[in-house]
Amino acid sequence: MKVSVQKEEFDLSREVKAISKNPKIGAVASFIGQVREVAMTLEHYPGMTEKALTAIVDEAKSRWNIIDCTVIHRYGELKPADPIVLVVVASAHRGDAFAACEFLMDYLKTRAPFWKKEETAEGARWVEAKSSDDLAAERWKR
Amino acid sequence: MKVKVLYFASVREKVGKDAEELDVPAGVATVAALCSHLRSCGANYQNAFSEKTLLRAAVNQDMVQPSARIKAGDEVAFFPPVTGG
Repeated sequence: MKVSVQKEEFDLSREVKAISKNPKIGAVASFIGQVREVAMTLEHYPGMTEKALTAIVDEAKSRWNIIDCTVIHRYGELKPADPIVLVVVASAHRGDAFAACEFLMDYLKTRAPFWKKEETAEGARWVEAKSSDDLAAERWKR
Repeated sequence: MKVKVLYFASVREKVGKDAEELDVPAGVATVAALCSHLRSCGANYQNAFSEKTLLRAAVNQDMVQPSARIKAGDEVAFFPPVTGG
């Protein structure tokens, strides 16, 4: 399991190759979130961010059969089309990998302490949280 | 009672600093009470902690409800709803 909060860009193929070589793995699902249209600066809460991401990964492991997983989230200045977040989940079968990947993203968006400030033509502005993100996280409640 | 208070994103900008050690009155025992105490600390705090601002809080790096208790030495953080991912 790997959780990383970093400024540097990540490499999808390198991260997928770095996933455990456990012969029980039959499925690897991945998701990349990237900057849409406007440049932004991402702020985070050092210490809590790593703790929150690890807790979200632990929650996913308690719900699905996950053999290995990687979560990388960037902070700092990012340009349009720059990758922001990467989730890779490896499991025996695709159902667990797909579901856990989506769950990790939904939970991360509402629980990990990151804040986006967009550089719009009218000046910099903090992005407001979307209620659709709360609803997306809500459907995993049990 | 001494607590470490951290501010992030728009809250940090409104307060005008990112962290401070505060010596709060003994009666300030919850996150909500700390919010109202901060509101009395000046116009910048009043603005950051106004009743209509949607805020989230963490105690010792765990997200909590306003009713969460705080004790001496705690790290309490205030920030707007998160927008990562």
